[in-house]
Amino acid sequence: MRPLHHRQLLWVLLLALPVVLVLGLLSGAVFVTPGAFIATLGDWLAGGQSRDGLILFAIRLPRLILAALLGLVLAGAGAVMQGLFRNPLADPSLIGVASGASAGAGFVVVFGGALLGGGWLGMSLVALGAFAGGFVAVLLVYRLATTTAGTSVSTMLLAGIAISAMAGALNSLFGFFADNDMLRRISLWQMGSLEGANWQRVGIVAVAALLMAVVLPRQSGALNALLLGESEARHLGVEVEALKRRVILVTAFGVGIAVASSGIVAFVGLMVPHWVRLLIGPDHRHLIPCSLIMGAVFMVVADTLARVLILPAELPTGVITALIGAPFFVSLLIQQRRRGYGGVLP
Amino acid sequence: MSLALDRVGLDLHGARLLEDVSFAVEQGEVLAILGPNGAGKSTLLRVLCGEWPATTGTVTFNGRPIQHWRPADKARAMGVLPQDTSLEFPFTVEEVVMLGRTPHRSGQARDRAIVADTLAAVDGGHLRGRIYTRLSGGEKQRVQLARVLAQIWEERDGQHRLLLLDEPTASFDLAHQQLTLDLVRRLAGQGFAVVMVLHDLNMAARCATRMLLLSCGRVWECGPPEAVLTPDNIREVFGVRAVIEANPLTGAPLVIT
Repeated sequence: MRPLHHRQLLWVLLLALPVVLVLGLLSGAVFVTPGAFIATLGDWLAGGQSRDGLILFAIRLPRLILAALLGLVLAGAGAVMQGLFRNPLADPSLIGVASGASAGAGFVVVFGGALLGGGWLGMSLVALGAFAGGFVAVLLVYRLATTTAGTSVSTMLLAGIAISAMAGALNSLFGFFADNDMLRRISLWQMGSLEGANWQRVGIVAVAALLMAVVLPRQSGALNALLLGESEARHLGVEVEALKRRVILVTAFGVGIAVASSGIVAFVGLMVPHWVRLLIGPDHRHLIPCSLIMGAVFMVVADTLARVLILPAELPTGVITALIGAPFFVSLLIQQRRRGYGGVLP
Repeated sequence: MSLALDRVGLDLHGARLLEDVSFAVEQGEVLAILGPNGAGKSTLLRVLCGEWPATTGTVTFNGRPIQHWRPADKARAMGVLPQDTSLEFPFTVEEVVMLGRTPHRSGQARDRAIVADTLAAVDGGHLRGRIYTRLSGGEKQRVQLARVLAQIWEERDGQHRLLLLDEPTASFDLAHQQLTLDLVRRLAGQGFAVVMVLHDLNMAARCATRMLLLSCGRVWECGPPEAVLTPDNIREVFGVRAVIEANPLTGAPLVIT
């Protein structure tokens, strides 16, 4: 009935993750053979400062780990948003994170001026602006949709559209005041890139990833019940308002940090959970862990491709995720439909 | 006493939807709520299960005010089947019924056995591995009934169990309508209290031990089927002329319009 058993998929993904990480480590402007890799690893661990060692472990490794963590955060956020909105096409951008972050980043680029050199914990000022912008947007959306009777998911969807539109307009306004250099910086940021990854940044995103990996799987049973409908979930003993609050806050925090550190990496949050669902079904107890790891694998592959496709130059990772992801996703949908399993689309 | 309502009233958006509703349901009873469209049947069901708090009066479930129950505790003793449930995600039928076990921690093996039992009880055993979103309307509703039954299949914490059904047979064919009503009576025999909203008066007469006739949010009549299904009541509440005979098969009142 379903293409894969959830345990099979989990094993495949757990095996694939180290494989793509090593492949990613070896590939780039300088290709390293497996033999040289082992020698370099030994040398690096012994405290050597070879050129290959620097490239592999000071430049590529943090970037790869950052990619994996980002994929984990985005895919996990997508999975729970789709459950919360009871809509397989939902993703974190629906609640205004992405557009709010864009506006925040745009504001700092244009008006931050002389402060731009500064930063905090390895995050640039632009990143801080993005995080603040994304978080403020989500809080606004959440507040607008919450009354004494609880949070209305459909109002949240509408509020998300309105706040996103407003943030988009603000962003255009900042663009209007910007000079050419600023404009280019804003648009590059929006494409999403992992250039300039460092261990501090990895550390910050790791906190978000850890939070999601700990909190989200615990919501599985409640999210499953919620797919039946809000009152059905209440009749099953789920405390729906608390669940919504938890999921939204954790998602906003995680995605806010992800977007702040690397710009807007499109499509991962929408596609990965959807893809996992087509393979193993919609049960959140399996969907969430598989999405987290699949997101990591997918982002590592996408970022490696971004680094090697047009050597010696480099593409923005967000462009790759959408360019490769979209056609692959469509072919998957068509395949599933041909097999007589319509999946989640009506 | 499983469920007791004392002078319950409900105001919503400035409109008075229920007024001065009092009744009680005991273990082993099947209470059918009847009334024309807009009389407040589904509203009453929502107040019964605590989804909407009553504006005035009290709802008591197993001796405790309904709003004092912890959600998970309540869910282990009270199952609610809404009129229709929209589930757009491609769960298998077994997984949907398994959702009924959400408030329990009884272990996979026990849960699976209960899911098999409840599916068999609604004549859905053969649907087990099918994808829920591809079932017909009637099949879906049977699976949902099985889910609600799985939720309260076993008595837990010594609490009396209450089953609330909103139009459970609306999309069923004849055979499954009968099967469901027989099932409801059997559950009542096992100590469930059942409250259900029904449109079809004759179906209600075959199954209910007591009836509550609602009109404009007030109790018009409450009592055994013979007392509620009278030509006068039906004329005044539904605005329809009717004759009451005895059903030759069951002896229950038969409304002929």
